Amino acid sequence: MPTRNDMLLLTGFVAVVLAAPFLFEPIGAGYPDLLQKFAIFGIFAIGFNILFGLTGYLSFGHAAFLGVGSYTAVWTFKLLSMNPLPAIVLATLFGGLFAALIGFISLRRTGIYFSILTLAFAQMSYNLAYSVLTPITNGETGLQLSQGDPRVLDIAFGRDYGAVLPSSDLFGLEMTGYPGFYFCGAMLIVCFYIALRIFRSPFGMMLRAVKSNQNRMNYTGLNTRPYALTAFIISGMYAGLAGGLLAVTDPLAGAERMQWTASGEVVLMTILGGSGTLLGPVIGAAVIKYFENIFSAFNKSMLGDIFSFLPESLQSGAVSVASLFVGEGWHLTLGAMFVLIVIFLPGGLMEGIRRIGALARRKKPGGGASASTPAE
Amino acid sequence: MASILTVQNVNKRFGGLKALDNVNLEIEAGTVHAIIGPNGAGKSTLLNCFIGRLEPDTGTVIFDGVSLLGIKPHEINQVGVSRVFQTPEVFGNLTLRDNVMIPAFAKRDGSFRINAWKGVKRETDIEAKAMAMLENVGLARKADEIAGQLSRGDKRRLELAMCLVQEPKLLLLDEPTAGMARAETNTTIDLLKKIAETGITMVVIEHDMHVVFSLADRISVLAQGTVIAEDLPERIKGNPKVQEAYLGGAHL
Ligand SMILES: Nc1ncnc2c1ncn2[C@@H]1O[C@H](COP(=O)(O)OP(=O)(O)OP(=O)(O)O)[C@@H](O)[C@H]1O
Ligand SMILES: [Mg+2]
Repeated sequence: MPTRNDMLLLTGFVAVVLAAPFLFEPIGAGYPDLLQKFAIFGIFAIGFNILFGLTGYLSFGHAAFLGVGSYTAVWTFKLLSMNPLPAIVLATLFGGLFAALIGFISLRRTGIYFSILTLAFAQMSYNLAYSVLTPITNGETGLQLSQGDPRVLDIAFGRDYGAVLPSSDLFGLEMTGYPGFYFCGAMLIVCFYIALRIFRSPFGMMLRAVKSNQNRMNYTGLNTRPYALTAFIISGMYAGLAGGLLAVTDPLAGAERMQWTASGEVVLMTILGGSGTLLGPVIGAAVIKYFENIFSAFNKSMLGDIFSFLPESLQSGAVSVASLFVGEGWHLTLGAMFVLIVIFLPGGLMEGIRRIGALARRKKPGGGASASTPAE
Repeated sequence: MASILTVQNVNKRFGGLKALDNVNLEIEAGTVHAIIGPNGAGKSTLLNCFIGRLEPDTGTVIFDGVSLLGIKPHEINQVGVSRVFQTPEVFGNLTLRDNVMIPAFAKRDGSFRINAWKGVKRETDIEAKAMAMLENVGLARKADEIAGQLSRGDKRRLELAMCLVQEPKLLLLDEPTAGMARAETNTTIDLLKKIAETGITMVVIEHDMHVVFSLADRISVLAQGTVIAEDLPERIKGNPKVQEAYLGGAHL
């Protein structure tokens, strides 16, 4: 049984996920396509944080597992069934399997060498997906459903989608729109709960010890390598699941999902939110996906409208400067945001929340002496 | 009495430096054996050869019938050897409580176990053990502080608690009172005496002769990598070779 505080945390988390369409409405994010991205990348980041936040091993190759998850899910759709359950189960398994392989080799090194090894493996996977592995990945076109897919389980259970290309459905409930979001949301809750249990367990304590002092751990009778490898595999399974869910909500898979920028993104999400905290990675993922959505949607004419109050001569200058930061250039905004956070809030947004909380508690008369419980 | 640790013909070179020169040592079970010697004599290097931090060039180290050479540090600990380091090694960004619970888990669960579902809060046995041990070394009221922020003396006592909670058969202490004030040193001596009474074997490296003569049942003197004398404490003091190694006996 989790403690009372953890039950509260979990209840709050579930409530926010369930009420997300209403809660995010005021900031223009209350629609399923964006919300399910929050959930999927939240899962990706929670898993990444189990590795990076707890053990301190900074992987730059986790997008590879995301990609493996997507390919696995689409193949499951093609070969077995359009039901999302087999797809995500297999995606999780293959993500973990692939992570076991890459982790086993990469964890022979620590620090920057570990990071570089993971990056190299991910780039190798990316390149293989475009070359040797095209029979599996369908190269640049990406892996898609086709009418000729066998879907043996669906056939066996008498599900015939006819001549149209089907979308994934959970016993008839199509995984698009709100059902799609709530399916991802349910997975997010499960993933969050598992992470919570790991964080509070002796195993989680060992993972923190890996980060803290591997020497001491060894001389204390603990074998550090299998602990780190288990964390790596778990985070690979989370990534595989996230990749699988991407395919559930949109049944196609492409190698660009494995690119190093995608690996970097989950690092940013985790650090931005607060690595090593439970909620941080989910918040980081949501913030980045939210701003990506807003900033990448801007174009020149919209900027022109915004700056129309300026005199003609200044307007074009302002538009061209601002346009560097939006649309395709939104990564510049992301970079700037990241730099600011790392400099002013090295503990990420969670540290910001904690500081505000501490400030509020100090201001409240009489409530000063209360023991500060770290926000998570 | 049977010897629990047998060191034979151990040599260790660092480049041109002969740090250990044919060291032979017998540690009797249930005794406190002090190793003294001037700075750079090779005392820490010798302990490093016991716990798998260093591999001697030649020689054998047998503990309780098991060779300690060629096996991993965590395996050495699991057969019952714990060590307090000269430079304290603790889990710097964890609480004192966690620092002591981790070795307690290692003792109970072995070198690797995925115990990921039961909350730490519900491991009340382990927690009680850890807290009792912190109490023993006088750190219980700091249980929720972060270990990295402790003074050097406190870190050392924490490390001692981390070793003791494992109830090792052989406890290796590399200058356990270095960096401690007199009063603290005396408390530590009392604590170590109490531990020694439980029958655990200890090897203590120490510069502080007050500590050495309070604790040791037997003393080996190491100088320039060789054991130049080994005897009962009262006989070591008068040994001319030892006095020479200590520059005219200034320390004694
Ligand atoms: N890893 C190493 N590489 C090279 N030389 C080393 C290494 N470790 C120790 N030495 C050298 O070996 C010699 C013995 O060192 P050691 O630390 O064992 O001495 P010590 O007796 O513990 O001294 P102290 O009382 O100062 O702790 C010293 O000259 C030291 O510089
Ligand atoms: Mg030394």
